[in-house]
Order: sequence, then C-alpha cells, then structure tokens
Amino acid sequence: MTTGTSVRLDRTSVIYLNSIRALDGVSLEIDDGETVGIVGESGSGKSTLCRLLVGLIRATYGDVQVVGQSVQQALKADSWAFRRQIQMLMQDAVATLSPRMTIGGLMREAVAIHGLDRRETEARIHTLLERLRLPASILERYPHEISGGQARRVGVIRALLLRPSVLVADEPTAGLDVSVQGELLNLLLEFQREMNLTFIMVSHNLHVIKRVTQRTIVMYLGQIVEDAPTETLFERPAHPYSTTLLSTNPLLSAGGAANAIILQGEMPSNARPPSGCRFHTRCPVAQPACAQTVPELTRTETGSLVRCLFPYSLELSGAHRKAEVPAE
Amino acid sequence: MTRNISILLNTLRRTAQYPSGAIGLALVTTILLVALFAPLLAPYDPNKLDLVNRLSGVSAEHWLGTDQLGRDLLSRHIYGTQVAVVVALSVIAIALAIGMTLGILSAYVPGPIERFILISFDSVSSFPSVILAMAAVAVLGSSMPMLIIVIATSLVPHYGRVARAQVLSVKNEPYIEAETVFGASELRILFFHIVPNILAPLIVIASLDIPIVIAIEASLSFLGLGLRPPLASWGGLLQDGYQNISKSVLPVLISSTALAIATLAFTMFGEALRHAIDPRSQRGGKND
Repeated sequence: MTTGTSVRLDRTSVIYLNSIRALDGVSLEIDDGETVGIVGESGSGKSTLCRLLVGLIRATYGDVQVVGQSVQQALKADSWAFRRQIQMLMQDAVATLSPRMTIGGLMREAVAIHGLDRRETEARIHTLLERLRLPASILERYPHEISGGQARRVGVIRALLLRPSVLVADEPTAGLDVSVQGELLNLLLEFQREMNLTFIMVSHNLHVIKRVTQRTIVMYLGQIVEDAPTETLFERPAHPYSTTLLSTNPLLSAGGAANAIILQGEMPSNARPPSGCRFHTRCPVAQPACAQTVPELTRTETGSLVRCLFPYSLELSGAHRKAEVPAE
Repeated sequence: MTRNISILLNTLRRTAQYPSGAIGLALVTTILLVALFAPLLAPYDPNKLDLVNRLSGVSAEHWLGTDQLGRDLLSRHIYGTQVAVVVALSVIAIALAIGMTLGILSAYVPGPIERFILISFDSVSSFPSVILAMAAVAVLGSSMPMLIIVIATSLVPHYGRVARAQVLSVKNEPYIEAETVFGASELRILFFHIVPNILAPLIVIASLDIPIVIAIEASLSFLGLGLRPPLASWGGLLQDGYQNISKSVLPVLISSTALAIATLAFTMFGEALRHAIDPRSQRGGKND
C-alpha cells in the first residue's frame, strides 16, 4: 500500500464571469486510499470541486494535481491515461448513460476508448455485474429501461472497469431508497478497500458521510470551513456552521430535534461574499470581530482544521449552546 | 445491424398503430412498389404514340384512356410515379446529408464561420422553394439532376437549423459530460453520442418533406420549368391534360388524383411516424 498524495489543491479558485467565486482559494491534500466526504449547502462549491478534479472545468487560479500530475497538463499529455486514473459518478445516474446505446455497449466502450483487452473486460463486466447484483440481461437493455438504482450501479461498473486510483462520487445515493442506498455504499466501500481507491464523496446526507468516510470536509461559500476526521467532526464540530449542519439532523445531534439550530436566511452570493468571516452573516454566535477579521484555516487541539476565529463557540448539545461565547 | 433493422421494424409497427399511419404506410408502400416495378406494371411503353386513338376515354385496352398523342395514360402515370419517387428521395437524401453536416458543423466551428453558415441558411430560406427553383432552372436549364440539386438546396436550411438546434441541446446533456470523463474523444462523442440522438426529429422532418418535394417538382414541371417532355412526370401530365381540358377532363382528373394521393399518403405516414418516434408530441397535440 502506497501512502502518496492522491489529490492536491493549492490555493485553487474557480471564478465564473470574472466575479462569481465558485471556489475560492481552496488548499487540500488527500492521501492515497483515503475516503473523504464533502458536505455543504448547494452553492458551497462541492460539485465545482468534483468537476475540477476530473478536468471538466479549469481552475482560474492555483493548481490541481491528481496522482502527482497537474490535471490540465495530464489531459494534454495523455488524456486517456489521466481518465483511467480518476473516474467520477455523476449526480443523475440515468441521465449520464447515453440513451441510444445499450448498457453492454456503454460498458464495452472501455475497450473501444481505452484499448483494454476485450476478453478480459468482458469477464470483468460479468464479475462486476454479479457483485453488484445486476442480471446479465441488463447488458441488452437501454438506459431508459432500467431503474435509477440499476443505473447507479451501471455507472459504478463503468468507472471501475478502468481501474481508477481515484473515484469521485457526486451524491451517489441521491434518489435511492434507504435499503438500496445501504447496499450501494457497502459495495463502494468494499471496492474502495480492495482497490485501495481514493474515494471522494459529495453528499447532503450526513448519515452516509458518517458511515463511509474517514475524513470530512465542510464547505461554505466556496471555501473549506472545517476539515476533520469524520469521527471528531461528528462528535465535536469546531466550526459553528458544521454544528448547525449536524444539529439539524435529529438522529445525529445529541439532543434530538429539539436542539436543531436553524440558520437564518439564504447563503450569500458568491459574487459578493461578506467581509471578514463569510459565515458571520448567518452565524448564531457571531461577534463584532467576525465581520472584520478574515479567519484562516487553523489546526485545533483535536487535529481538525477550522476556519473560525472562535472555534467550538457553538456546541451540539443544547446545554452548551452559546455558553462558551466570551462576553465582549 | 440486426438491431437497427429491428428498431426500424418496431418504429414502423408503432406507426401503423395509428389509423392514419396504417393507411399512409399502405399507400406509401404501394407507391414505392409501383415506382420500383414500373417497367413490369406498365401495360404500354409510356412514350409510344398512337395517333389514331388520341384522347380516347376509358377502355379495355387503355384503362385510364390516352392523351393528346395517344399515349397510354396508365403507363405514363406509372412511370410518373417512378419519377416523383426518384426525385423526392434523392432530394431528401441530399438535403438531409448536406443540411445535417452544415448544421452540426455550425455548432462546432468558431464564431465567424458559424455566422457565415447561419446567414447562408437565412438567405436560401428567405426565398420560397418554388421561386428559388424557378430562378435556378431558368438560369441553369433543367434536367433531372439539376432539378434535384436545386430543390435540395432550397431544403438544406430546414435540416441545417434543426440539426444545429439539436446538437446544441444534446451537447449539454449529462451523458456527454460523462463520456468526456470516461475518456471518449470529441469525434467519438460526436458520432456515437450526438448524431444518434439528433436523428429522430430529422427523420420525421424528412418524411414530412417528401410530399412537399413531390409538389414542388410537379409545380415546376407543370410550369414547364421542371422535367422536359416526353419524360412522364405528374406535373407535366397535368399540364398536358390542362391543355386539352376542353376535349377531355379525364387526364387532368387522373394526374391530380395521383398527386393528391401521393402527397396525402406521405403526409399521413410522416405525421404518424412523428408520433411513433416521439410519443410526447401526441400528448402535446391532445392538449392543444
């Protein structure tokens, strides 16, 4: 097992139309074989991050490296080799299957595009079909003839056929019912261990993140606000935003639904982010300093990285809520 | 290959499920068979003169009578079917091929070339097809290949615009992005994932354009700007009959009936095909 760096972002920004900062100065390192969850509201930059990693969009500033190479350079040098390194499961599984091709045809594209051995690929397709509990007859079907859960698994097979070292999954469980979700996650984890995949998963579903990942990155308005081992984060979130995210989930929060901290208002615009800490406009424990000083990602005593001037000022259980806010 | 054939048969079966589709399909098949086997079906040489029997009415020898030169009208109309079908299918094939190529190209090339293509579409389609064809035939002379090229040119923008719009919408589908991430090259994406997904509407338009082409060809031939006598074309036959309408109404009736049946048949078939290929179009229609 190697322990190199699999994904590295260095002060990377993605700016649309000269003003919309979809991703703003994100620095990040993910090791080989790590499972990382990315959470945050819509518009926090999760999907942008995924698309950046697989080279669908370019960074406006900063560098994106996957398996030791800059993405754009790797695409120029040998795009197929790069595609085999990193694969992505996109949000809408059915819509990502080309409608006029059969499922078998779509899978066999691996042979046509990447020059994989035909026989071996055929054998692997059947092994993977079995493991993902898909009938072999699905190969003759068209994408509109299969269910969302099946489409999801077809996407997984397609990605795994290329034996990637990094797998990015954008909401892999969205739209699936809970039993199917669990099954899919188990399988993904199995493959992750077997192939030592670096697995990066975006999800709204905190249960899924908690169950699958070792490390969680919380994003807000194009920035990382907390980056912590999953266990630590769920036990004791450092950033008030992480706390509010966890608190709204009755099964995760210690005090149950009663302690939900509901955020006020919408996420501010990416085009004109608030001064100081970006979260201060909605933060329940914001202080005057928060509007002025821009917090940097700093390491706390538990090993989490937090972008907050007053980490741990908002705690999960009701009793501690706001209790540690220093009076000014 | 077998899969393509089964898709084709399936589409035709669904087309025939509509009453108009069944009638249209039957008539279209008949027309195509008549065109294909014209030499076998025609009782006489269509150009054989029989000056003794001019403008004879319906008889056992001449089921549909004869024209002003004593030529057998049934044979001439059978050969006229062949002419109409050959012209219509060639025109559609050429217009579809060129229009699709230009339309797809316009969705990929840089701004100035794109604008050039779009402006040429606009210039061509700003003339009514018949007028454009008349002008071209008047200047360049008329022959069957000439006529085919002229009518095809007037229809190119039709296919070009639809192809372009389809490409632009399909290009943004998630599966195109997925194919990019999977490693498919631009060319592969174009031929395997974009073209197959833009074909359906183009095929429907093509089937609905066939009657239009038949009508344009007939109009031009009627005006003497299309196919030259003695070649039997429905438009020309109509003109012949029209010249002699005071002596016999029959030839005009036969020619116009042939034209009407053909255009109706292809229109009914095309409409049903549209519903068969895209079931949503019919639901929309019912709500109207």
